[in-house]
Amino acid sequence: MQKYTRWSAILVVLMLALAACQSDGGSSGDPSTSMDPGTSMDPGTSMDPGESMDPGSGSAADCDADEFGCIELAEGDPLVIGTALVISGANETLGTDSQTGTEVARQFRPEIAGHEVEFDHQDDECGPEGGTAAARALVSTENIAAIIGTSCSGAGVPAAEITSAEGILMVSPSNTAPSLTAEDTHEPFYARTAHNDEIHGAAMAQFVCEELELTTAATIDDGSPYADQLANVFARSFEEQCDGTITAEEAVSEGQTDFSGVLENIAADSPEFLYFPIFVAEGALITQQAKDTAGLNDTILAGADGYLSPDWLSAAGAAAEGHYLSGPDLDFAGDFYADEFLPAYRDIGGVDQPISVFHAHAYDAYNMIAEAIEDVMFTDGGTTYIPRTALRDAFFAISGYEGITGSLTCNETGDCADAQISVSEVQDGAFVRIWPEE
Amino acid sequence: MPVRRSRLNFVNVFLWVLGGSILALAAFGAFLTIQQGRLSGDQWQTLIIAGIALGSVYALIALGYTLVYGILFMINFAHGEVFMWGAFTAYFAATALNDAGMMASNPILAFVLVLATAMLVSMLVAVMLERIAYRKLRGAPRLVPLITAIGASLVLQYTARGFYGSGVRAYPDFTLFDGSIELGPVGMSVKQFVVIASAITIMVLLYLFINNTRTGRAMRAVSEDKDVAAMMGINVDRIIVTTFAIGGLLAGAAGILYTLLFNQVHFFMGFLPGIKAFTAAVLGGIGNVIGAALGGLALGILESLGPNLLLTGYGIPAPNQLKDVIAFSVLVLVLIFRPAGFLGRKENV
Repeated sequence: MQKYTRWSAILVVLMLALAACQSDGGSSGDPSTSMDPGTSMDPGTSMDPGESMDPGSGSAADCDADEFGCIELAEGDPLVIGTALVISGANETLGTDSQTGTEVARQFRPEIAGHEVEFDHQDDECGPEGGTAAARALVSTENIAAIIGTSCSGAGVPAAEITSAEGILMVSPSNTAPSLTAEDTHEPFYARTAHNDEIHGAAMAQFVCEELELTTAATIDDGSPYADQLANVFARSFEEQCDGTITAEEAVSEGQTDFSGVLENIAADSPEFLYFPIFVAEGALITQQAKDTAGLNDTILAGADGYLSPDWLSAAGAAAEGHYLSGPDLDFAGDFYADEFLPAYRDIGGVDQPISVFHAHAYDAYNMIAEAIEDVMFTDGGTTYIPRTALRDAFFAISGYEGITGSLTCNETGDCADAQISVSEVQDGAFVRIWPEE
Repeated sequence: MPVRRSRLNFVNVFLWVLGGSILALAAFGAFLTIQQGRLSGDQWQTLIIAGIALGSVYALIALGYTLVYGILFMINFAHGEVFMWGAFTAYFAATALNDAGMMASNPILAFVLVLATAMLVSMLVAVMLERIAYRKLRGAPRLVPLITAIGASLVLQYTARGFYGSGVRAYPDFTLFDGSIELGPVGMSVKQFVVIASAITIMVLLYLFINNTRTGRAMRAVSEDKDVAAMMGINVDRIIVTTFAIGGLLAGAAGILYTLLFNQVHFFMGFLPGIKAFTAAVLGGIGNVIGAALGGLALGILESLGPNLLLTGYGIPAPNQLKDVIAFSVLVLVLIFRPAGFLGRKENV
């Protein structure tokens, strides 16, 4: 027994040491910044705070003035951009697609502010635990310039809080939950190039009542911020815009496999339309089980961009036929997307066609971050400085940026998207864009 | 036992009042729901059948927990992963047979082949688990094998992830089991019927095996008292391996039945059914074979029926999200009033 006690004591000591090392690593970036003689001891630079407003020129004093300091890159240092996207698990296509979008963007623009760009890819696991872990890993990476992420809104909520507390700009290519950019809940360093689901839900409601001309609908969500808020916006819009009736608003839990309870409850009212904007695994199961539920035989099934991926198609099998999916409209204006982006995407991703729908948003996020960095960076003795708060302000001031996804203008809560929503239908095992008509 | 019951202390009274009021609330909720008449009789029937189908899968997994506990007094938390490996094997076997065209030309033989490979692989995993992870710890304090089990569970999970990736894989359809059948007034899908019938057959065979064979008798003897059983000339190590092997076979069968119902395999799929089956085993009285079977069925029915029956009446929004809450609340209630489970042996507690 004594042996065990001793071993556990050693274990505890080791764990404490590890924990201590970790917090050391996290904070060591700051002291080294302020100890830099070039920064704090240079008397020749102007102390005028007004000069920091001047983009492109600045001095080391600006870094002291900036609440979160500067990113400092010596000559030849890489500029590190972190990503926190879902690259494993059932929803990996969603994040891998965006990640490939960032890689394509880097191929077209390998240098930002004269520094080669390096990625630090983390996994948001499409949930709060993964989002927290990925954000913590990235904020403790020294000199990280900005973060592209997260994939899922559920991961975005804690990640935005962590990165904003450290003053690191985070831009999501695919978070769509309204709460992330709502006035009360917006985190100051968080922005996104994906649409806000306020627009998405309303567009879907419009599709259902104007295009399909249906009057009753039901929704299912999985309790994640994305699904919960999108289903809710859809339901409210459907009632208000179209005078439709929502017969049930159900919820399931992640990892659930038997949905007979939910489906029987919904089938009691036989709604004409069932919208479940959730994720791949549960989405495929509900698609299959709804087909076998008496009372839902004539109900039109629909989901959203959370599972608009080939993985869902293969998991749902024949039951997917005729399914509607709402998401961002990839019918972009301009030739760049088809002629240059997609060939590069195929090359890097090793796939015939995009595996999800937010790759162009990731591409735009990368380039907008690059623009903002080059706007505020300045050099001093060969070292590049990027003040963090100024970077954030420059990003949020972006207006009329011409990206793949349209003309992007950021508002003060970080919504930058030129939101266009489309609906696809599964026809012969493929997604076919059907609405709105061109 | 009677001595303890006569004590009227505060905690006991509180627990009884708590339990009583929860039961009353549940009964009143059911009454309200039925009065509302939202779901039709057919729908309730569908829910019950779905519950029995899911419950029989839980029961098969729960048997593995309970058999091992009965003999070693340890919770084999890696058992859910044995189930997952069975499901994965079934997936690969079925895909291979499907590609070879056998599922179309000779579906019954194909199903039997898939079932057999899945059960064998699960059995192998379970036996290796015992040999590698548990045997050396036979004499260690109880907490040690428990923690090893959690470690083994992670190893098995992430081995599967390394081999097969982390995506969800769709299972090929056994067209043999499409459609639905009527058993008298009760209609169900053929898949559900196959799952329920296979599970019941397997459980009956297990019961006969334990009660009527020499090995079965030896298993019961080892479960009563390992040392005395050894003195009677029983090879305890062999019986323990046999127990793990049987548990593995059952988990493999559960794996293929589960994928038959839900058409998906995933490296993390063993976790939730594993926990549920463990709950079922505790409900029925861990260590008791019939208890595990009944516990599994009860849990399955409760999960599919519970939210709609007990919560809709109160107008609770999205009641089905709370089905796990109901399942685990029942576990707590059972543990309060019958700490040994429905059919548990009292001396184990």
